[in-house]
Amino acid sequence: MLNLLNHLKTFPQGGVHPDDNKLSAKSHIQEISLPKIVYIPISQHIGKPAEPLVERGDTVKAGQIIAVHEGFVSANIHASVSGKVGKVEEIMDSSGFKKMAIAIRVKGDDWEEGIDRTPGLVKEIELNKKEILAKIMEMGVVGQGGAAFPSHVKLSVPEGKSADHLIVNGVECEPYLTADHRLMLEKPEEILVGTQILMKSLGVENAIIGIENNKKDAIKLLKKKSKDYRGIKIASLKVQYPQGGEKQLIKALLNREVPPGGLPIDVGCVVHNVGTTFSVYQAVQKNKPVIERVVTVTGKGLEKPSNFWVRVGTPVSHLIDAAGGLPENTGKVVSGGPMMGKALADISVPIAKATSGILIIPEYEAKRAKEYNCIRCGKCVEACPMGLEPFHMMLLAKKGFYEKAKEDNIMDCIECGSCSFECPSNRPIVDYMRLGKIMVKKLNN
Amino acid sequence: MSTKFLTVSPSPHVHQEQSVKELMYGVVIAMVPALLFSIYNFGIEAIYVTSLAVISCLIFEFTIAKYLLQREPDVWNGSAIITGILLAFNVPSSLPWYIIVIGSLVAIGIGKMSFGGLGNNPFNPALVGRVFLLISFPVEMTSWPVPGNGFMEIDGASGATILGSLKEGLGNGESMETLMVSAPSYSELFWGFQGGSLGEISAFALLLGLVYMLYKKIITWHIPVAMISSIFVFSGLLWLIDPTQHADPLFHVLTGGVMLGAIFMATDYVTSPMTTKGMLVFGVGIGLITVLIRAFGSYPEGVSFAILIMNAFVPLIDKYIKPHRFGAKGFLS
Amino acid sequence: MSDSILYTILSLSALGAIAAIILYFVSRKFKVYEDPKIGNVEEVLPTTNCGGCGFPGCRAFAEAAVSKNDLSELHCPVGGNEVMKQVAEILGLEVEERDPYVAVVRCTGSVEYRKKTNIYDGAPNCTIAASLYSGDTGCAYGCVGLGECVDACQFDAMYMDEKTGLPVVIEDKCTACNACVTACPKEIMELWPQGRRNRKIYVGCVNTDKGGAARKVCEVACSGCAKCDEVCRYDAITIENNLARIDPELCKLCRKCVDVCDAHNIIAVNFPPKKERPPRKAKATAKKEDVDIIGMVKKENDKKDEA
Repeated sequence: MLNLLNHLKTFPQGGVHPDDNKLSAKSHIQEISLPKIVYIPISQHIGKPAEPLVERGDTVKAGQIIAVHEGFVSANIHASVSGKVGKVEEIMDSSGFKKMAIAIRVKGDDWEEGIDRTPGLVKEIELNKKEILAKIMEMGVVGQGGAAFPSHVKLSVPEGKSADHLIVNGVECEPYLTADHRLMLEKPEEILVGTQILMKSLGVENAIIGIENNKKDAIKLLKKKSKDYRGIKIASLKVQYPQGGEKQLIKALLNREVPPGGLPIDVGCVVHNVGTTFSVYQAVQKNKPVIERVVTVTGKGLEKPSNFWVRVGTPVSHLIDAAGGLPENTGKVVSGGPMMGKALADISVPIAKATSGILIIPEYEAKRAKEYNCIRCGKCVEACPMGLEPFHMMLLAKKGFYEKAKEDNIMDCIECGSCSFECPSNRPIVDYMRLGKIMVKKLNN
Repeated sequence: MSTKFLTVSPSPHVHQEQSVKELMYGVVIAMVPALLFSIYNFGIEAIYVTSLAVISCLIFEFTIAKYLLQREPDVWNGSAIITGILLAFNVPSSLPWYIIVIGSLVAIGIGKMSFGGLGNNPFNPALVGRVFLLISFPVEMTSWPVPGNGFMEIDGASGATILGSLKEGLGNGESMETLMVSAPSYSELFWGFQGGSLGEISAFALLLGLVYMLYKKIITWHIPVAMISSIFVFSGLLWLIDPTQHADPLFHVLTGGVMLGAIFMATDYVTSPMTTKGMLVFGVGIGLITVLIRAFGSYPEGVSFAILIMNAFVPLIDKYIKPHRFGAKGFLS
Repeated sequence: MSDSILYTILSLSALGAIAAIILYFVSRKFKVYEDPKIGNVEEVLPTTNCGGCGFPGCRAFAEAAVSKNDLSELHCPVGGNEVMKQVAEILGLEVEERDPYVAVVRCTGSVEYRKKTNIYDGAPNCTIAASLYSGDTGCAYGCVGLGECVDACQFDAMYMDEKTGLPVVIEDKCTACNACVTACPKEIMELWPQGRRNRKIYVGCVNTDKGGAARKVCEVACSGCAKCDEVCRYDAITIENNLARIDPELCKLCRKCVDVCDAHNIIAVNFPPKKERPPRKAKATAKKEDVDIIGMVKKENDKKDEA
């Protein structure tokens, strides 16, 4: 009944409603002390790892480029602190695998010249389309929603295709996380200017900022501020997971469906996260590379669930200490949200450009419940936003029928976790979907 | 620093709280109003029949799982309890005890465990048991105690259900109008003052259960609505064609276990389609077959058979009716 | 009465005749010629359809053998030389004898040598676990221990050793069908020549990290120290990426390398016991009886809880 009354937009198919648990929604974004040592992975994005430019013993300043992009689909990496470069070696990062990283021993806080660190708002966009793109590439901006796709690649519209809408993703549909929410509340004008920069770079006249209705304060604030900016609309969306998935967001806002295997640009859209938009603003207007981001540190047992400005490369444990220390009953530490985040095996791993949150899950919620037979209740089918039949895919993947799984569109799966979340028999559906996808990729090669 | 081993697992790291067990017990709770009404209507016998059916179902499930299939029995997940209650709901309260035990054995043993237990049975176990009894013990299964005010006076007389007597009357050449005079009114049918099996009589009590299950999100509206409305539409068509030979649609909907079937038996997870579109087709199919059996078949009631027949079509429905693939060209886009 | 019987017989016979005619023409039209040799070859094959030969099944192998008319590139690992000889006889061809192979497990990092660092709680499948992260021990290369190789084995030639948490190959049953090799996401399984009197020596480690780092996470990791390389008189050992590798073609099974290895992870199988050979880690063998993974993890937890 409520739906009929306030008729908010959402995507029509599938979706689940996990508990919000936005514990840190009221906490201001705080500055955090610098750690003693940071580890900056040279592969924080999709695509090729960057090529290190520094060696052990070099002195670097914050904001100095320390690894340069390798090819087009790659991103520059900058030093997030000043100090001496330590070992360049393989360490465990938040992806769960060992990857090359540059260690920097922190000394003072010197910044590279030319970076504008004043808080003043710069509204006028002086650069032209090409220069904006070059700047974004130079400053190493990547998608900060989770996938870490280099932003300049997204903004380079391939020939024969054109964009008519820019969509800024302020949905933050993952429970617990509040990084984007706080950013919208505290830096609304910057996000709006960032949106204008992206619009200029893409040459589009319309931009929509999509925000879920559980962030009413952010919607109100941005609606008020956006009156001064041409072509930017604020859309309030009904709360439903996974609305932050770009395909679902486009469907909800514009009622367009990205074809299977396609990209948003195929339906004339480019989607950027609000965090990315803020980074674009800083890169273009303030000449500041992506070396800082907002990270939510939250969880039920945690003393002070908070949002922090965190330098890239800061160990997770440093953040947890700042939020009151790791609780006694910790069972799991997740990088990202509870629906799609990655469980960490080790809390000394560094924060990357795309780490939006650190979630501490207490012991009593950490272990999976016992698995039972599938009772064919159909809840996974109902929950799947991509129109798949997860129960069936799981069986196919488990039994090794990968060809059949491919025919049944297993590659459409976005691994949002809705099916596993809903399953009353606690079946690890997404695990096997992932297995199926890995095997289908192998088949294709 | 970390002092304990952290747990690592693939996402998602949170889970909704309804487990299979809770879903099943939710269904049991939804059946309570109908059970209470049957006790009110048929007296202590109703408790006796229901508890006997439930206990024998539990015992059979335990024994078969432990000694025949040799695996850890899991009788308390609630599915055997549901089967027991549903079986009891589908038989007259005057049924001798050994028939109930046989019915439970067939329901659990043949209907469910022979296929591998919960989740694997193609047919609704309670209905398998019921239909087996209906064919094997036709006399006992079709003589219902005339509903009195259960606890007040237990009437030993027995008679046929309303649909049964209509069918018989029509067969004898009587017209529908004269037959309908002796039939109970709609309000009597709705509240449940009619003869019939234990749980099927009170549409009101069953609807209460439906509301509860919808509220708890145990089932969706698709199957009950599709089934009841299709029975209404198809029987309404026949009634419009020839009112002297066919009862009116409202009468059809309120009698003969339509409500029980639509709310509790057709919605059984295991034996119904997975997709919402499939559920609609499934419901309409049951409605159509029910009306066909009632109007042209030799049985006065057809819900059980219709559900079992459509159960057999479920794999076919699941194979051809798929959810809309996101991004594919289709009627949703 | 007699009429109706007559009509029944007549009509049924007519029906039968018509059906027979239709069947005749249909079978003529859709007749497929098939070389009878394919069937003959298939009969001598083991018909396990394991895919070890590289074909999707024994039938496909037989078809390939008949159509190619050349057996030099075909080999049925399950049947071995005997079956190949029979196949060659049927086809009138020559076939070379090949050395038989068996699968070996190139990881010796059992639970006591390679400590757990976290608890894996996902679906019990090696590929899923391996795609999620580098594993529940510090070693990113070693056995995941969820038994996908055992599941892949059709010949019951593998089992998981509960005490060590590692798979074990039963050599008598192993047919070298390659199923475990493709199943293992960490590429630990390898086919190894069966060797003289079933004797073979191989390195039980695939960790390519630097020596110190590798040893830190696993007591029996190969550190690439090259001691084995130094003692080998036949140049059978190469060190690449901090990992020793023995070339089975060159190895003369002298067992010199086995003794010099600090980590005791050069494994010699089916040799008679050497008198002077030091026991494999005295401390470990003593403890070996009472090791169970879960128990260990729990104990570890409890200890730290108290602390």
